[in-house]
Amino acid sequence: MSIELKLQIERPEFKLSIDTVIPKRGITALFGPSGAGKTSVLRCIAGLERHPARIQVSANVWQDDKHFLPPHLRSVAYVFQEPSLLPHLSVQGNLEYGFKRVPKQQRHIQFDNTVELLGLSALLHRNTEQLSGGQRQRVAIARALLTSPQLLLMDEPLASLDDDSKASILNYIDEVQQQLNIPTLYVTHSTSEIVRLADHLIMLDAGQVIAEGEINELLTRGDLPLAHHADAGVMLKGTVAAHDDQFHLTVLDVPGGQLAVSKKNIAIGAPVRARLLARDISLALIKPEQSSIQNILNARIHALIDDADPAQVLIKLKLDGGYCLARITRRALSKLALNVGMEVFAQVKSVAVVSNQ
Amino acid sequence: MISWLSSSDAGALLLSLKLASINTLLLLLLTAPLAWWLARTRCRLRPVIEAVVALPLILPPTVLGFYLLLFLGPNGWGGQLMQLLGGHPLTFSFAGLVIASMIYSLPFAVQPLQNAFQSAGGRHLEVAATLRAGPVDRFFSVTLPLARRGIITAAVLVFAHTLGEFGVILMIGGNIPDVTQVASIAIYDHVEALDYSAAHSLSIILVAIAFTLLLGVYTLNRRFRLLGSSP
Repeated sequence: MSIELKLQIERPEFKLSIDTVIPKRGITALFGPSGAGKTSVLRCIAGLERHPARIQVSANVWQDDKHFLPPHLRSVAYVFQEPSLLPHLSVQGNLEYGFKRVPKQQRHIQFDNTVELLGLSALLHRNTEQLSGGQRQRVAIARALLTSPQLLLMDEPLASLDDDSKASILNYIDEVQQQLNIPTLYVTHSTSEIVRLADHLIMLDAGQVIAEGEINELLTRGDLPLAHHADAGVMLKGTVAAHDDQFHLTVLDVPGGQLAVSKKNIAIGAPVRARLLARDISLALIKPEQSSIQNILNARIHALIDDADPAQVLIKLKLDGGYCLARITRRALSKLALNVGMEVFAQVKSVAVVSNQ
Repeated sequence: MISWLSSSDAGALLLSLKLASINTLLLLLLTAPLAWWLARTRCRLRPVIEAVVALPLILPPTVLGFYLLLFLGPNGWGGQLMQLLGGHPLTFSFAGLVIASMIYSLPFAVQPLQNAFQSAGGRHLEVAATLRAGPVDRFFSVTLPLARRGIITAAVLVFAHTLGEFGVILMIGGNIPDVTQVASIAIYDHVEALDYSAAHSLSIILVAIAFTLLLGVYTLNRRFRLLGSSP
């Protein structure tokens, strides 16, 4: 299955043009500043707005010069920024609204599983007005999923939520992705959300795609603003390797080696992601044995990138199966005579672990 | 002072209720598409049409009645059309009363419906569309339920307003017992004949009906608000 998207939006003082293929696996973030036209792209894919476009999902052409499939005939689900629950229906009524309208043989997402997956069992008979913001958005997500869509569109689903609800919804979105694996296009202008969720990134600015590709690839590209944030860094995918009861540690297998973190209650073998910030990584030419920093990854210098601060430099490191960034001083760069292609040891001072469990 | 209704007064009251019921039903069905269009359109003619719809609110009923008389009478377009189709002119007939009432009550149907459709649309319809509901399905499963308050308000207002019609009916329908003599005109007759007790009986019944209807609307509105499900 593939999702081809070619689209042109022209309005007075605004032009947008996209020609891309959305990966069939994982979450693709459509990332860019407010006013970059991200929402219009989603609305066009859903058929809610009509612009010159060619949209093809698998063998089905949703739209081209001659065809325009109206929204209700597209196998797409849309989670809006505000939950937009139908106020005359209960939670269950909202969930069933789309579910019942999908022919039985096309329903590959089950009602009870989805209700459980989003933690809605206790809320089914509630009136939608009685729900908190986070609960409403969970209902909206479940409602969208229950149409068994070929493509899930999410338009800044966290924007109207408080921080606690945001964290919880992020976990739910993660979980949904792992269990149901529906190709998802996720619109956001938040760097932390793309780092947290996205597998793939399409960066929009001023109506143009300025870059697209695998998330860590773009997070470490020197010509893009992402690598120059104070919080620049990567999200490494790994698995739980072991638990160390004596020191209360959990050991993760990640590209480039192992990382030990404070003990987490996660099953061995479970997928996790580890957030490594550039400023928390220092480099050594000899494997440090006499250091309090125990997390050390094997790396090779891939590129040297000028940082906004002239005293600092960003080092893009190639790990075995990934990339990461280190931010060090120019003096250190010069003293160690670091250069592209050299083998180094990346000392990781701090790791944030993300998992659904 | 109050006497039991005479049979002709009972007939007048029944005629009023029949006229109000038929008028309410027809008007809601026929104006719903117009109200829907007014709620959605960006056409520049919209204010003109809204003004025309609102005209019966401010025109004296005699003016409406006068033009309807000309239009529906034997020499008017409407009357001639009826004769072409092999019928009689609609003046001084119950059918004529229905047409007159529909025009007289037009704004009472269109305005609440238009407001209801305006607030029952937008995002919720888009949500329904992405949940596989086609246009007709969306109208019945989203617009109508969300607009129910406006629809009930329109129905009650039209019904009550038709019961209270006087001038237009007098102009177009005259005062023919069991054909065009409705309660409001029968009351006028009784007062002219100084039969206050008969006027009283009919009047008090109209007051009771009107009050019950309005009480119903306000109670319903309150319940919708308490449920928090108002659009």
